[in-house]
Amino acid sequence: MNKKRCQADLESKTNNDYGLTNESSVQPDLRVNLAGIELANPILAASGPFGYGHQYRELFDLSLLGGIIVKGISPEPWEGNPPPRLAETTGGMLNAIGLQNPGLEKFLKEYLPSLRGSGTKIIVNVIGCSVDEYAAVASRLDGVEGIDGLELNISCPNVKAGGIAFGTDPASTGNVVSTVRKQTGLPLLIKLSPNVTDIASIARAAEEAGADGLSLINTLSGMLIDLEKKTPLLGNTFGGLSGPAIMPVALKMVWQVAGAVKIPVLGMGGINSARDALQFIMAGARAVAVGTGLFYNPDLPAEIKEGIADYLQQHRFPDLKSIEKIAQDPKGEE
Amino acid sequence: MSRLNKQRGAKPKQENCLVGNKQIIAPGYCRLTLYAPLIAREVYPGQFVEVYMPPEHQPMLPRPFSVYKANQKTGEIVILFEIKGQGTRLITAAEPGATLKLLGPLGHGFPELPSDAVLVAGGMGIAPLVFLASSTDLPRTLIYGAPTVAQLACPSSDLDMPGLTILEATEDGSKGDQGTTVDLLIRCINNVGAVFACGPSPMLQAVKKISDRAAVKAWVSVEERMACGIGACVGCAVATPGGYKRVCKDGPVFAAEEVILSE
Ligand SMILES: Cc1cc2nc3c(=O)[nH]c(=O)nc-3n(C[C@H](O)[C@H](O)[C@H](O)COP(=O)(O)OP(=O)(O)OC[C@H]3O[C@@H](n4cnc5c(N)ncnc54)[C@H](O)[C@@H]3O)c2cc1C
Ligand SMILES: Cc1cc2nc3c(=O)[nH]c(=O)nc-3n(C[C@H](O)[C@H](O)[C@H](O)COP(=O)(O)O)c2cc1C
Ligand code: FES
Repeated sequence: MNKKRCQADLESKTNNDYGLTNESSVQPDLRVNLAGIELANPILAASGPFGYGHQYRELFDLSLLGGIIVKGISPEPWEGNPPPRLAETTGGMLNAIGLQNPGLEKFLKEYLPSLRGSGTKIIVNVIGCSVDEYAAVASRLDGVEGIDGLELNISCPNVKAGGIAFGTDPASTGNVVSTVRKQTGLPLLIKLSPNVTDIASIARAAEEAGADGLSLINTLSGMLIDLEKKTPLLGNTFGGLSGPAIMPVALKMVWQVAGAVKIPVLGMGGINSARDALQFIMAGARAVAVGTGLFYNPDLPAEIKEGIADYLQQHRFPDLKSIEKIAQDPKGEE
Repeated sequence: MSRLNKQRGAKPKQENCLVGNKQIIAPGYCRLTLYAPLIAREVYPGQFVEVYMPPEHQPMLPRPFSVYKANQKTGEIVILFEIKGQGTRLITAAEPGATLKLLGPLGHGFPELPSDAVLVAGGMGIAPLVFLASSTDLPRTLIYGAPTVAQLACPSSDLDMPGLTILEATEDGSKGDQGTTVDLLIRCINNVGAVFACGPSPMLQAVKKISDRAAVKAWVSVEERMACGIGACVGCAVATPGGYKRVCKDGPVFAAEEVILSE
């Protein structure tokens, strides 16, 4: 980090030597507009690892983040999966939490109030077993003070369709998104699953059905076997892979989706540094979220924020818009 | 109790800690002293710390360890652990003078010891109970057992405390009584103030049953795999009659009747 600062110092000196304006020493503008939500910076906490923000708040000031996406909320409480729910793998981890949550009313009564005034945007991740359940949560949250947007997690199993996830085909994606769209005026992000053959077609279906933005990726489906017990290691047999191992997969999908839609993209999956975050933005993400990285480095959001600002300053970009999607579209043409 | 309650409100802190004395106390066991003044000041028995892995290493996730000793005056804490896999190997590789990042103090620990408490330690379950035993001078008994003497890794000098009676058991009879901690507990359960246990889940389940039958209050410290360690991710779930609870935040110490343990 110090090294980077020195480099930045050197560069600004060089500018002065050449009689250039001192633009590079001006703090770059980190603000972005994600699907209608004005973020002070492009770093969010991904849904799940961060819970409802209360615990990480004891480790850092939440206003450091552009936004928080709280853990998935369903109309009624969900119990979650039997343990073990976690396992570490090379470069990543599997989780099978099972979307345990206290339910909508308890969230509103006990968790939301203390998040109001935390100086960051609050996005609620919405889960359900049927289109009606998603719609019920969305309609109840519409107009509630302190909620800045919704993120629909469409990786949930659709009970009526035999448990196949909503987000695995364009038609059911379009159906759940258009139904929820009618229930809410809040900015609406759709969180896409990577466990599909053609993520771009699902992204387009969500866009056509009225989504304001897309979040990706959710975890990649996986499993491990316990050699001693000769049984699946996770209580739920299957879990979701997250962490640095999935970063190139996530980056590719962000690239594909950003190339396929006009609405903004929130990129995530294995982000472990400012360099990773910058790659997502250059692939087409408007903002990024960190999940697993928080577990082994709670200072990660602060480090990414500083690293992005340093990069913009060193390369004399005034803002994030200047590099968004630059790798796909080098001339900056839409 | 007020002291306890005040400490229970203590927020977890990230602390870069100087590695002090490191002892391989028996093959496969390490006793590590860390200079962690912020944690040492607030930690109470039964709480734990997460030790972060050195950056750029595998594995990535921090590893949880009970606090074995804490000294407010010197700012030192000690952890005692079995070298199990890559994470504990990496921690053991840290030399005196190096730094390790810690997060703590974490979780809800034990309540204060009443008179005539019995502490039941199975294997590495000894770690939090040594800290607990050192918190009072009241008469108390430690039952310490493992399959063989090789797994009774705790140095006897660390167990030398006024008022503490020690009963040991090994399954093969290589040290103390031949049998288990549970056999020893059955023998003394009727004259006990309360039971405080840490060890493998089947042992905790047996302790729970025996205490319940004798109408003696029991507290157990349980383990689960962890990620955040602070109660955010709900990854460390343990079953309870009222649904899943978090070992890292609601525990690791629970009233025995509060948790459903595997046999
Ligand atoms: C609250 C708490 C306090 C603990 N206190 C101590 C202590 O004082 N001394 C001590 O020796 N150990 C303690 N443990 C267990 C210790 O955290 C694990 O042994 C350690 O994380 C293993 O890491 P590793 O990378 O060496 O092994 P890994 O390669 O991760 O695993 C080796 C083996 O240990 C098991 N394991 C991994 N993580 C855990 C875990 N969190 N709990 C139980 N088993 C696990 C795995 O299933 C595997 O069989 C504690 C655990 C918890 C949850
Ligand atoms: C423990 C854990 C819990 C998660 N819970 C949710 C959730 O409730 N809703 C959701 O949409 N995504 C959930 N996710 C997925 C993350 O939000 C994120 O998409 C994914 O982990 C990839 O990012 P990462 O590699 O930075 O963790 C969870 C991930 C983890 C590791
Ligand atoms: S480890 Fe995350 S809630 Fe316990």
